[in-house]
Amino acid sequence: MERQLMTGNEAMAEAALRAGCRAYFGYPITPQNELLEYMARRMPQVGGAFVQAESEVAAINMCYGAAAAGVRVMTSSSSPGVSLKMEGISYMAGADLPVVVVNVARGGPGLGNIAPAQGDYFQATKGGGHGDYRMIVLAPSTVNEAAALTQLAFDLADKYRVPAMVLADGMLGQMMEPVELPPFVDVGSLPPKPWALSGAQGREPNYVASFALDPYDLRELNRRRLARYQQIEAHEVRWEEVQTEDAEVLLVAYGTMGRIAKTVVRLARAEGTRAGLLRPITLWPFPYGPIRRLAQRIPVVLTVELSMGQMVEDVRLAVEGRAQTPFYGEMGGVVPTPRDILQEVKAHALQRGKHEAGVRPA
Amino acid sequence: MRSSVENMKPVFVRPKSLSDKKFTYCPGCHHGLITRILAQVIDELGIQERTVMVAPVGCAVFAYEWFRCDGVQAAHGRAAAVATGIKRVRPDLVVISYQGDGDLAAIGLAETIHAANRGEKISVIFVNNQIYGMTGGQMAPTTLVGQHATSCPEGRNPQEAGYPIRMAELLATLEAPVYVARLALFDPKHVLETTKAVRKALTYQVQGKGYSFVEILANCPTGWRMSPVQANKHIAAVVTKAFPLGEFVDKG
Amino acid sequence: MERSVVFAGFGGQGVLLAGKVLARAAMDLGLHVTWLPSYGPEMRGGTANCTVVVSTDPVGSPIVDAPDVLLAMNGPSLDKFEGRVTPGGVIVVNSSLVPRAVTRKDVGEVRLAANDLARELGEPRAANMAALGAIVWAIGTVPLEAVKAAMRGELGAKIGEKAAQANEAALEQGFALGQKTNLGT
Ligand SMILES: Cc1ncc(C[n+]2csc(CCOP(=O)(O)OP(=O)(O)O)c2C)c(N)n1
Repeated sequence: MERQLMTGNEAMAEAALRAGCRAYFGYPITPQNELLEYMARRMPQVGGAFVQAESEVAAINMCYGAAAAGVRVMTSSSSPGVSLKMEGISYMAGADLPVVVVNVARGGPGLGNIAPAQGDYFQATKGGGHGDYRMIVLAPSTVNEAAALTQLAFDLADKYRVPAMVLADGMLGQMMEPVELPPFVDVGSLPPKPWALSGAQGREPNYVASFALDPYDLRELNRRRLARYQQIEAHEVRWEEVQTEDAEVLLVAYGTMGRIAKTVVRLARAEGTRAGLLRPITLWPFPYGPIRRLAQRIPVVLTVELSMGQMVEDVRLAVEGRAQTPFYGEMGGVVPTPRDILQEVKAHALQRGKHEAGVRPA
Repeated sequence: MRSSVENMKPVFVRPKSLSDKKFTYCPGCHHGLITRILAQVIDELGIQERTVMVAPVGCAVFAYEWFRCDGVQAAHGRAAAVATGIKRVRPDLVVISYQGDGDLAAIGLAETIHAANRGEKISVIFVNNQIYGMTGGQMAPTTLVGQHATSCPEGRNPQEAGYPIRMAELLATLEAPVYVARLALFDPKHVLETTKAVRKALTYQVQGKGYSFVEILANCPTGWRMSPVQANKHIAAVVTKAFPLGEFVDKG
Repeated sequence: MERSVVFAGFGGQGVLLAGKVLARAAMDLGLHVTWLPSYGPEMRGGTANCTVVVSTDPVGSPIVDAPDVLLAMNGPSLDKFEGRVTPGGVIVVNSSLVPRAVTRKDVGEVRLAANDLARELGEPRAANMAALGAIVWAIGTVPLEAVKAAMRGELGAKIGEKAAQANEAALEQGFALGQKTNLGT
């Protein structure tokens, strides 16, 4: 496959088209604008629908319509705009509609700034919209992976009839890296969607709704949804491990922090500290099991995030007290250098060493 | 940058309602001129100490800091609702909502229309530059037919994107507003007329009369890829055809 | 081996493109590379810059606090970034537009009259490629031939053969000037 240089925003857009996405609705917001602009240019070339909506609320509801009509559909935004999409995401979860939402996240809360940040983890993974639902959340750490995970998001959303989010950040959106784009799928070969609104010709009418007045009816719908969520948890957990075999300090980091942490592992090992990395690729479903397994033998599990500490709560749930679980975070769009984190890793390794020396019988 | 307009008359001595914060606008941008006009009128009416500026999300996002008045920054499109909240609890304050076309006419259209329809006693300054300046030049609801923008690279196609929304005319169909006008800034005469309209709008608010809306046809040299001089010519020759100037409502 | 470069200038000087050509050359050589532009409202203040990181290993952070090499195409860029260059690094200064010299003593300076050089080649728009030539010399790990090929890949079809040759010559002359410069380090 040919390698080309693309920004993350462009790569996600092109990957979506290649995955069979034929409808895109968006609203401008930095640092995601290039994705919308790419779709404005390219979507008409593949015969799909593009609308610059009047707001993110409108955009996600256009997605609701297109998804109900059975088309692979995507929207993209950045943190403040994704907040506005949350209502629509809840409705789509409630109507069992597949959609791909890209969040090129930025510094927050509020208007914040346009620098890369990971403050939207809770919103993405813990139900940013109302009600009892789950959303698949994929976290790329390179432009190449952003393209691959965008395509995966479409497949998973369709397979399980759930919203799926690609959670990137401003850095991934704006930077260029070599990409190997996936091939075009033949839209006609995608699995059929018999539930879609296509006109009740020769069949009973289809209804798409998130409404069930009778509590027993809604319970039944939610039970079926829960069963699908359990399938996702059982089969779709994805993560990457780097030099965890002999690690004395395990870093856990995703997305942009995940790639920086890889450099930290290399630097730490060059200086004699056996660091390893577990990089969650799916943030929901979260790799609780893999982290738990590693925590059984690695004494320090250090979570690193571009936030006050959000994913660290899931890491601590996974570790369940089996290891120390310190946290290192940067905020406000500031991205730490590998050296900053290396200091932290070495400090924990050192402390651990002292501790062990202390308990050893004289 | 000092505009030629500025050099013509000593009208533009630095208003005391203007803060020391440096503008972040591009050279030649009308936002700067409108800010000065507003500050000047606030000075004239002697209301600096009871004015609250509601800033939008857009190039004017710092409008709350450019005046020596209290200021608040609203979420994208919600300035009219924020202004409503302030005015309802402090009717003695002069509340000015300052918004761009994406902010006011796209994402904030519901808030805009309903604040006007309720006759909120606020003044809305609407900067219509026919583009999303802040985010890098995407199509706005006011973008002219055929005008190029980064999200309509072939030019605005009315078959898909509709036609430019005439906000002043739209709001003029409502019963409640007391003042609705559209002005421009492409020459000194029009700058003076805009100043007069802003004065009227704020005066009506001070008198407790009701909702006022001042739409100003502004430039965006960066987003339009024109020099400030070219942009002024374009407004005079082209933009005013799509957006006729005038006072549509004046119940003062 | 990892080398980072900040390309800085004002909008229209082609610094983003110069960075992209280097990134493409690195990609074609099978190296790891990232290209990160300044973005958002800051890009409309009239200045533009991008950071390119070229490495034999996957690039951790494309954001670089202390670049190995800086290209300052105009005065404000030198003022803004001079202090950030890593000690022992190199600053390529476009002396056509920047009269002042680098004040730091712990970095090397290459003074290159990029605009004059390009004008003499009959292609004023090639100033960025002249500067890139000197950058390629300064980072030392990407062969000039690969950069020439990348330039053609990036620009060739758009600008025509004559302009492509002028850009090639600009790359060569910038590189040669770097070779001739005594950095005193
Ligand atoms: C919910 C939300 N969506 C999108 C944005 C991004 N955004 C910032 S300014 C802006 C539009 C600016 O255009 P306009 O209102 O016309 O004002 P101008 O910048 O032209 O003065 C947008 C879409 C945001 N901040 N919040």
